[in-house]
Amino acid sequence: MIAELGHLALTLALAAALVQSVLPMVGAARGDAALMGSARATAILQAGLSGFAFAALVNAFAVSDFSVVNVYENSHTLKPMIFKIAAAWGSHEGSLLLWVLILALFGAGVAILGAGVPERLRARTLAVQAWIAVGFLTFLLLTSNPFDRLDPAPLEGTDLNPLLQHVGLALHPPLLYLGYVGLSIVFSFAVAALIEGRVDPAWARWVRPWTLAAWVFLTGGIALGSWWAYSELGWGGWWFWDPVENVSFMPWLAATALLHSAIVTEKRDAFKSWTILLAILAFSLSLFGTFIVRSGLLTSVHAFAVDPERGIYILGLLVVAIGGSLALFAVRAPAMEPGGLFRPISREGGLLMNNLVLGTMTGTVLFGTLYPLVLEGITGEQISVGAPYFDATFVPLMLVLAVFMGLGPLLPWKRADLAGALARLRVVAVLVLAVMAVVWWWRTDGPVLGLVAVGVATWLIGASLAEWAGRVKLFADPGAALRRARSLPRAAHGMMLAHVGVGVLILGATASTAWKEEALAFAAPGTSVEVAGYTVTMTDRVRVDGPNWIADRGVLSVSRGGEAIGDLTAERRFYPAANRWTTESGILRRGFSDLYVTVTEAVNEDAAGGARVLRAVYEPWVNLLWIGSAMLVVGGALSLSDRRLRVGAPRRAAPARGAMPAE
Amino acid sequence: MRRLLFFLPFAVFGAVAGFGLWALTSGRDPNAFDSPVVGRDLPALALEPLADLPLLQTGEIGGGVQVVNVFASWCVPCVAEHPVLVSIAESGVPVHGIAYQDAPEDTLAFLDEHGNPYASVGRDAGRQVLELGLSGVPETFLVVDGAVAYHAAGPILGAPGDAFLAALDAAR
Repeated sequence: MIAELGHLALTLALAAALVQSVLPMVGAARGDAALMGSARATAILQAGLSGFAFAALVNAFAVSDFSVVNVYENSHTLKPMIFKIAAAWGSHEGSLLLWVLILALFGAGVAILGAGVPERLRARTLAVQAWIAVGFLTFLLLTSNPFDRLDPAPLEGTDLNPLLQHVGLALHPPLLYLGYVGLSIVFSFAVAALIEGRVDPAWARWVRPWTLAAWVFLTGGIALGSWWAYSELGWGGWWFWDPVENVSFMPWLAATALLHSAIVTEKRDAFKSWTILLAILAFSLSLFGTFIVRSGLLTSVHAFAVDPERGIYILGLLVVAIGGSLALFAVRAPAMEPGGLFRPISREGGLLMNNLVLGTMTGTVLFGTLYPLVLEGITGEQISVGAPYFDATFVPLMLVLAVFMGLGPLLPWKRADLAGALARLRVVAVLVLAVMAVVWWWRTDGPVLGLVAVGVATWLIGASLAEWAGRVKLFADPGAALRRARSLPRAAHGMMLAHVGVGVLILGATASTAWKEEALAFAAPGTSVEVAGYTVTMTDRVRVDGPNWIADRGVLSVSRGGEAIGDLTAERRFYPAANRWTTESGILRRGFSDLYVTVTEAVNEDAAGGARVLRAVYEPWVNLLWIGSAMLVVGGALSLSDRRLRVGAPRRAAPARGAMPAE
Repeated sequence: MRRLLFFLPFAVFGAVAGFGLWALTSGRDPNAFDSPVVGRDLPALALEPLADLPLLQTGEIGGGVQVVNVFASWCVPCVAEHPVLVSIAESGVPVHGIAYQDAPEDTLAFLDEHGNPYASVGRDAGRQVLELGLSGVPETFLVVDGAVAYHAAGPILGAPGDAFLAALDAAR
């Protein structure tokens, strides 16, 4: 019964979205306040109904109602409660319902929080948001109803893919979707502005908090996904340039560019069409990601159940949403006059550089992701584009970006004194050389790119800290530094933290890639391997029966220089209900570095005798990746909490400075 | 000219969407793997005998419908699919086994415990089975009149198992 109510709620949500698609648009065109105001009520209603439907699905999973097909296919009574609930968004249907819910929540968010946004713009934005909602709700109801019943109801479910039974993955989709779908509201703002034909600094100020919120969630979601891959897949890597990873990364790159170009639009009334384009692209790339993942277009480790009919539907949705908005952009954007002038060497110039490089990076990832498809389409040849391509193209761009990131915040608007800015970074430059010398002495054999990357990361961290120290006069007037730090806008602290976070990320990524050490042995109890000065000994091998799995577990002890420093276990788990294996790696944290151990069955020739493969990997500084990601998230959240973004400021000044109707 | 530039994103998207449509409608399967042996004669492998069991001569396997299964005692999915092989053997189709990288005593213990469906068995301690296009164990080959008609990578359980059994029924 509850499932039927959920289905009904979804249908009603579609009705609300249909009303919301039309009335506010008509109201905005006619200047009818009542019609425009209806957008707020329908947006909140739509969110409430979607929330009810989602709760109904979660309830079906929590009580293991196997008469619902989706529960039968993705759950099992033996599964721990948290994974039962997480299974609600583990399937295609459930995750799409979550998608629809978040879409409605962001609409309701603008309805409730967007009091400073002019009624007309808000009505149009909510109407565009409802267009997207109509597309996805019909998709859900027509092709992927999560509430379909099964008769007779089976007694037991068929389990969730065991790889997905992990806390990281329980939280990864909701966060990622908050990011992905959060960009929808930015898209709606952009399309509404194009319809209105007017983009000005006030518009950028309304859009930026939403971009920032979506960006924070997206960053967290990607980092969690990476952490999950690291601890669950048992390959000892944290990023694989897998198509599904790439399609979540591209919206992030575009959103990052958007965050920065919106600053220029807000402060200097420039980069207008570019900001609008990025706002459209960021969400378009999210939609595109959904398409890739749901249609099974590319091979991936994370694919959902594939259904060509769904693929065609989403492609249709894509053509309407992306094609339509880009066509609107092509027609309307050229009329948007560029605003304030600036010299190449200036804050604007720095942010332009940021946008160019981030744009190139997005294009690089897009090209690498789609190239196999394009090549197969033209020549019929099957290839895969892997890490070497991305290492050769993406990494150098990232380093270039980091160099500019260190310098950019030091440049004032309009016209800057490059020599002066560089002079302020003399100490940092010396520090960079010193760090590079130490690293070179420590690891002469390592790759040159690793050395360069460490230097660039040091430069970025040092320059960001120096800029911040300069603003609070940490060295010039230490006594008052704390007071100055307090009065500094939170966005300044946020920027510093996020930029340092990128530096820390680069350090972690570089070290764990360039100086990774690995040892491999066929092991039975008593066997040891040595890696990076640590001795890993398998002390025992046991069979463990879990709630819904059986594990072949290796019990290991780790010592260094004869001194025991810890025990860990690594195992292969078999999930009989799903007939699948997973690898549970053992991770021993040593400062910022990890000792990463897996014990797996042998497929190699000398394996006779049933010995296990013991693989021990020393991942230097790998934890800097998670710390750096956390800094990005906290930095973004800190900026978001800046009162300039929340209150007062977002009001369109009567005759807005430099703002002119586009047409 | 500047106006045309604004159409560039639209044009790029159009091209991407076109490829997307092609990929969805051309019926291609990105996960399909091309087995190098399907349609060819089963290659002759010099396998070693296992205890006193009849030795599998892959080069002279003879006519009719037969099944060749690559397995190992240390491979758990092999245990899972074993009953399927037993039932195929009981239905009258000769099933042959290749024990892959496995100590003879372990293989014998495995067959003792789970039953021996194999009409003949060979051991491969090296890499000979790579000629079969092996990517792991278990893998199962349907051989019709000496030529490989179907190649199942992974256990013949669930949907892949049904596909294999359907191919077997069709060949009979």
